[in-house]
Amino acid sequence: MQRTTMDLWVGLFVMAGIAALMVLSLKVGNLNVYNPSQSYILTGNFENIGGLKVRAPVKSAGVVVGRVTDIQFSTQTYDAIVTMSMDSRFIFPKDTFASILTSGLLGEQYIGLAAGGDEDMLKDGDKIMKTNSAMVLEELIGRFLFDKAAED
Amino acid sequence: MFRHALSAIQNIGHRVIEGIWRLGHASRFFILVLLKSGTSLRRFGLVIRELYFTGVLSLIIIVVSGLFVGMVLGLQGYETLQKYGSESAVGTLVALSLVRELGPVVAALLFASRAGSAITAEIGLMKATEQLAAMGMMAVDPVARVVAPRFWSGVISMPFLAAIFSVMGVYGGYLVTVVFIGVDEGTYWSQMQSAVDFRFDILNGFIKSCFFGVAVTAIAVFEGYDAPPTAEGVSGATTRTVVTSSLVILGLDFILTAFMFRGVS
Amino acid sequence: MTSESLIEVNNLSFSYDKRPILNGINMHMQRGQVVAIMGGSGSGKTTLLRLISGAIQPTNGHVKFAGEVVHELSRDALFSLRRKMGMLFQFGALFTDLSVYDNVAFQMREHTNLPESMIRDLVLMKLHAVGLRGAHYLMPNELSGGMARRVALARSIALDPMLIMYDEPFTGLDPISLSVIGNLIRRLTDALGMTSIVVTHDVQESLKIVDYVYFIADGVIAAHGTPKEVRDSVAPFVHQFVHGEEDGPVPFHYPAQSYKKDLGLGDYRV
Repeated sequence: MQRTTMDLWVGLFVMAGIAALMVLSLKVGNLNVYNPSQSYILTGNFENIGGLKVRAPVKSAGVVVGRVTDIQFSTQTYDAIVTMSMDSRFIFPKDTFASILTSGLLGEQYIGLAAGGDEDMLKDGDKIMKTNSAMVLEELIGRFLFDKAAED
Repeated sequence: MFRHALSAIQNIGHRVIEGIWRLGHASRFFILVLLKSGTSLRRFGLVIRELYFTGVLSLIIIVVSGLFVGMVLGLQGYETLQKYGSESAVGTLVALSLVRELGPVVAALLFASRAGSAITAEIGLMKATEQLAAMGMMAVDPVARVVAPRFWSGVISMPFLAAIFSVMGVYGGYLVTVVFIGVDEGTYWSQMQSAVDFRFDILNGFIKSCFFGVAVTAIAVFEGYDAPPTAEGVSGATTRTVVTSSLVILGLDFILTAFMFRGVS
Repeated sequence: MTSESLIEVNNLSFSYDKRPILNGINMHMQRGQVVAIMGGSGSGKTTLLRLISGAIQPTNGHVKFAGEVVHELSRDALFSLRRKMGMLFQFGALFTDLSVYDNVAFQMREHTNLPESMIRDLVLMKLHAVGLRGAHYLMPNELSGGMARRVALARSIALDPMLIMYDEPFTGLDPISLSVIGNLIRRLTDALGMTSIVVTHDVQESLKIVDYVYFIADGVIAAHGTPKEVRDSVAPFVHQFVHGEEDGPVPFHYPAQSYKKDLGLGDYRV
């Protein structure tokens, strides 16, 4: 085989490989949607996080604006401290409301942010003060039965 | 009876000692190859030549199998998911299985049987026909001139092959579910993109395939260089390359997966 | 380097796993000589070549090549010494993935910075010397056994070495190729002023071309002399070897206990 033909094929092969990696990163993955290199950190205390996991999305109006990076239990307040890495393109007012929501009836859980009206914005390292816990199915059913019993 | 048991235990001990000895021998050879890689990096033309044999010639089998694996994943995933009304998640299923596991693992298994066995057979035959000895007599180190370029070509081509496999699989799944079955195209891609994370899924898959590339080619060049210089010796070494690298790929995959995805979802 | 002696082998011994292969070998080879080393299969001839080229370490004694003790050299010094040596392997050992031209050019490309045009001239000259200039574009698998060995010969003289060692150069060749190779060895040695060591058991062919013969048996030099002395020798071993007799000092039977005992006949006491 001619040297130049071989070089040509190898060049094509390497280009195909790099193209495949690009397709994986951009089309299959979400590199363009969420770039963790430019981010800021927010925390929030939740009474009950339900089934929330690290890497769960943080969404506002259904758009992914960040990801959960850490979940710790606090022995001072006996609740969960959730750390979120937020895309630095999106900033939120101080009185933003964070709640743990479920996509679909049995889907994954995520943090939903509802922006408030404060003039001051949340900065890197800030804590979201207004939080709403996950809805736990057993508690819902329990409350429903309790209300029913009270009505009777 | 007692003697029988004794000789069985002796047999086990013998095999263990043999295995450990061989492992040490292989590790020493691996380090030797790394130390003597200077020539192949300085004269990159040598590596490019081998890239043709390991990479380009493995392309067809990788592309075709990737496409079929993706099509089967799409079909099976759709059949199962639609029972729960979540057929929209089929894109996620196809992409995650490919990028995390099947892409690196199946591509590495195919690579071991296509390129790994060829490397072993080639080096083994060069040894059997005294080409390596002749090279040494010409004051050219066969490890630097013959072994190292083949090793690096394998290390370089494996991640590319795994990525190509995954992409072909994703498009194979697309072909079956979107084009044939009729899942919404937007759903297929958007569900995939929201679930596949660059760092956790794609980067980890890439790292896995790099490990597999090193493991498969290291085994292949060692078995070739270590092969007894006879026809049976070379054919036995070729078989051992495929068997050992397949086992190492699967074992390594478990270890890497345990490290990468520990405690995450 | 006195008295033109290119290679001196002094009291050389080599054992493999405590099994002695060579035992106290002494040899002298001069510049311009073709020396044959003969002996039965497995008598340690190839081991001797490996010791001379520094591929293995002697247990005792030493080999001096151009005044340097081979086994005491560092790796780099050994490699630069090997550029002055060539070796022709039994079946040529051509690089199967390179063409005839590239095989001959291999060492020039690896060890020199000659421009490609000069390499081309040199390669064609070397190939012309073995009569295969027209075959430069062929691949090794397209060559006959004799041609492959001639190409290998051209390859081993690529950098004009001081010494060429031939490991069984006559094995498996037809009579015409055999005398072609034999004459080439003689002609090239004379033309290039080098030394040739021919390890062989082809007595008749090699006696025609060599200057001196060493016989090795059981790890020692059993006899040595010029071809004429060897032909006329009455020493039993040399006589058996030169004339190819079945039994003699080299026995037909591998050492064994008595035949009767093996078959379970007669008296068991040895």
